[in-house]
Amino acid sequence: MSTVEAPLYPIAVLIDELKNDDIQLRLDSIRRLSTIARALGEERTRSELIPFLSENNDDDDEVLLAMAEELGVFIPYVGGVEHAHVLLTPLETLCTVEETCVRDKAVESLCKIGSQMRENDLIEWFTPLVKRLAAGEWFTARVSACGLFHIAYPSAPETLKTELRSIYGQLCQDDMPMVRRSAASNLWKFAGTVESAHLKADIMQMFEDLTQDDQDTVRLLAVEGCAALGKLLEPQDCAARILPVIVTFSQDKSWRVRYMVANQLYELCEAVGPEPIRTDLLPAYVRLLRDNEAEVRIAAAGKVTKFCQILSPELAIQHILPCVKELSLDSSQHVRAALASVVMGMAPVLGKDATIEQLLPIFLSLLKDEFPDVRLNIISKLDQVNQVIGIDLLSQSLLPAIVELAEDRHWRVRLAIIEYIPLLANQLGVGFFDDKLGGLCMQWLQDKVYSIRDAAANNLKRLAEEFGPDWAMQHIIPQVLEIANDSHYLHRMTLLRAISLLGPVLGSEITRSKLLPVVVNASKDRVPNIKFNVAKVLQSLISVVDQSVVEKTIRPCLVELSEDPDVDVRYFAVQGLQSIDQVTMSS
Amino acid sequence: MKGGDEEVATPAGPPQPLDWKFSKVFGERIAGEEIQEVDIISAIEFDKTGDHLATGDRGGRVVLFERTDAKDHGLSRRDLERTDYPISRHPEFRYKTEFQSHEPEFDYLKSLEIEEKINKIRWCQTANSALFLLSTNDKTIKFWKVQEKKIKKISKIIADPSKAVGNGNVASSSNSNSPKPFPTNGVSPDRSCNHLGNDISFPPGGLPSLCLPVVVTSQETNLVARCRRVYGHAHDYHINSISNNSDGETFISADDLRINLWNLEISNQSFNIVDLKPANMEDLTEVITSAEFHPAHCNMLAYSSSKGSIRLIDLRQSALCDSHAKLFEESEAPGSRSFFTEIIASISDIKFAKDGRYILSRDYMTLKLWDINMDSGPVATFQVHEYLRPKLCDLYENDSIFDKFECCLSGDGLRVATGSYSNLFRVFGCAPESTEATTLEATKNPMRRQVQTPSRPSRSLNSITRVVRQAETLGVDANGNSLDFTTKLLHLAWHPTENLIACVAANSLYMYYA
Repeated sequence: MSTVEAPLYPIAVLIDELKNDDIQLRLDSIRRLSTIARALGEERTRSELIPFLSENNDDDDEVLLAMAEELGVFIPYVGGVEHAHVLLTPLETLCTVEETCVRDKAVESLCKIGSQMRENDLIEWFTPLVKRLAAGEWFTARVSACGLFHIAYPSAPETLKTELRSIYGQLCQDDMPMVRRSAASNLWKFAGTVESAHLKADIMQMFEDLTQDDQDTVRLLAVEGCAALGKLLEPQDCAARILPVIVTFSQDKSWRVRYMVANQLYELCEAVGPEPIRTDLLPAYVRLLRDNEAEVRIAAAGKVTKFCQILSPELAIQHILPCVKELSLDSSQHVRAALASVVMGMAPVLGKDATIEQLLPIFLSLLKDEFPDVRLNIISKLDQVNQVIGIDLLSQSLLPAIVELAEDRHWRVRLAIIEYIPLLANQLGVGFFDDKLGGLCMQWLQDKVYSIRDAAANNLKRLAEEFGPDWAMQHIIPQVLEIANDSHYLHRMTLLRAISLLGPVLGSEITRSKLLPVVVNASKDRVPNIKFNVAKVLQSLISVVDQSVVEKTIRPCLVELSEDPDVDVRYFAVQGLQSIDQVTMSS
Repeated sequence: MKGGDEEVATPAGPPQPLDWKFSKVFGERIAGEEIQEVDIISAIEFDKTGDHLATGDRGGRVVLFERTDAKDHGLSRRDLERTDYPISRHPEFRYKTEFQSHEPEFDYLKSLEIEEKINKIRWCQTANSALFLLSTNDKTIKFWKVQEKKIKKISKIIADPSKAVGNGNVASSSNSNSPKPFPTNGVSPDRSCNHLGNDISFPPGGLPSLCLPVVVTSQETNLVARCRRVYGHAHDYHINSISNNSDGETFISADDLRINLWNLEISNQSFNIVDLKPANMEDLTEVITSAEFHPAHCNMLAYSSSKGSIRLIDLRQSALCDSHAKLFEESEAPGSRSFFTEIIASISDIKFAKDGRYILSRDYMTLKLWDINMDSGPVATFQVHEYLRPKLCDLYENDSIFDKFECCLSGDGLRVATGSYSNLFRVFGCAPESTEATTLEATKNPMRRQVQTPSRPSRSLNSITRVVRQAETLGVDANGNSLDFTTKLLHLAWHPTENLIACVAANSLYMYYA
């Protein structure tokens, strides 16, 4: 060690690895940049490390991304807020690289730093940076600039503010669609910092320009910001300036623009008063619900409940409900699925009478849908409707749907319904569950697909939690333990899995008296896979049962397995024995 | 014989025919040299500015060329224009770099070999002086970044004492502005700090014995090509086209039956926007042969089919664009139907003109120019090698009839060009009244073929006689059996701003200017 003292060696390596040929080492090193900075001290971090990083701008993207992220929280390491400006240089370079995620991260970090900087420093360092980027030769710099105006603007003096507004206006009309897109998607952020007089004049002008852009993709993003922009304006201004744009866009030639409107409409409703909702936005929304492009209907259908919540029940019943009826019979399964995932939420809004009269038939038809996702989406939101109409009404139609899904030939559908069984059990109550669903839960334990058997075992655990050990003893355990005699070893494995899950829930007494004997019995199975799983289960049960049981039952069984001819069985048995020893030692 | 002979030439109207001159050849074949299959160029494309040209070959390589004439003086093009440089200068290109884009692969699921041959190259938006391009073989599209990197050397590290610290390097390097006012070695070992345990805590002033590695940036640069993204597993059939959207963020890829829309930044998913695959493959009557985005309208794209039709679709109409917005088809003349009608109608390539108003299409026998505002028929038709019509039977026998010739338009939209056999290519004037129809050969003497005809037909000549005469001269060629179906000129590209054509004869790249 000729140059560095031994204790510093690790940190010296870390520093050297900033320039290692191996990208992984460089990445690791960059991720620990704060350690390096602390080792160098604030002074040298400012004078050496930061300039060094500024040079390091043609590294791999992953490294640059990590660097952009680290620099965002670097203020403490350069000596606090008064020195924060030194961080701007490396980040400025990163704002111009061609990889979008690096630029975005650099902009994010710049915003983080800028929001902590002192007002004078912002004027002296940050604003010039924004102006440099906005005038950048390559579009990448100008794209990044758009995301920084809202930090620079508030502290700028009046003349500079005027200049910044005019620069942003130019960015909105840049030659490159990428720059205009960035200007469009950042407009609402910038608008949030602009004084209301200029907001109404300059910013709204930019907004209008963007909404008339040739490129669909720019218009799209202009729509996206509509709601946020609308909330900044007075309701009457919003109704006068934003509303017409939205109404026009809701009839745009491009389905993607209409799709965006369908997604944004609800947010916009919050910005304008109730009157424009009734006169303008409701008709627009109804049009979108009946759009001839399925993608637009999907987006609109997904918002149906939220939209109803801001309307009066009368309006919802009069205008929205007819559309919902149509959508429940839509030719696109994806539209029906989107509707099914939210339609249950309409029940509390409409009240009991309307729900039973109008909504229930829709639920029922969706529950019988030929497309499993639609049925699943209804079932997943069952709790919402249960509160309104009660389970008795639903259960007659619910049960066939559940049984059908439980036996669906696609295992993912079966898996999905298993996930909802605890929710159903909770809603339907013990009695109903025992009658109708208990059998299904057992049936899944012997499914052909591993994931289903595994989920079924997990399901039993959750049910045991829901209904308590007594119920489990009566309704689950006998049937489950019967599987021990199954001829198929995979089913016997599932049993072991179920036992290891149920043990902790049912407590030490039941485990000792009911479960453990079955496990010990299984240790004499002829299949090694069963035997080493026995070892694993035993290991997991050590903490469940009393110490005496461990010594009396579990240890002898593991000892026996540890002499098994099969190497894997021996391995897990020894592991089990070791954890017994650990428990004994610690207690 | 449409197009050329419809109007009577008026001397003053159309632009003068261009006088083509040989500019450069890359990879010229020496007489008797055998062509390696992997060296045969299979794709060619100029970038938007015309400063770069890319070719792809059957060996999966991409070769880049750069324009030298505008750069030589270290002035920007605008400066050059201001100095009113003599117009005699023509664009010149030189080899820039090459890289291996695709490797042969094997699809184990389908037991299919995937060739490394580059089917198409498209340039993307330049950023930060790095070049970006998309290249595709039959199945996989790749996004490449080609960048000049300054060669950097790490001249000093601290942790490894075995690496001698040579500061001579540092001192002599003139341009390195990396921080280097460091002592050559760390610090003498006796200035030790407090002992540091595992849980390192640093003194507030930092540890002076540590220093950063010193990087010496040399003046030398090398070009590095990096594959940034791979867009795979989206095509069941062979990809025939890729095309960038004017929005700068999306592109399409087309195979025989489907067109997919991608975001350049997202390589793991694409959207299917056109699907011609029938439920029963026996009902298949038509395949996609080529697809291209409109140069300015991001919502419009055109694709051509094996039935000779061009469909214009509007992405705004619907998410799945199986129904077209406009269909361009030429109704076939009654009674002219033969066994070959359908085969030769198949369009092998389409290109939008720069302004986006016209589409040029190439089928086996003709070039057709379509106005997208007129779907009743092409505005002009140019016969490429009409003398082959009697020989269609032979061409069918040896499969030449399925050759896929590309076509291109000049930047000003006044001329079109396409290839033929015997390494010939043809340039037609498509301005109204133009009768320009030049035949060139991809050799150092492009006008060799034209010696038999007056290379500048006098303007008083009726265009009909001119066309007939040219057909005759070529016919003589054909009768003399000098036509060589193995030397076909499939790929060519027109410089976006200048009259420069780059064309491919097997493994050689020829450039001509006018």
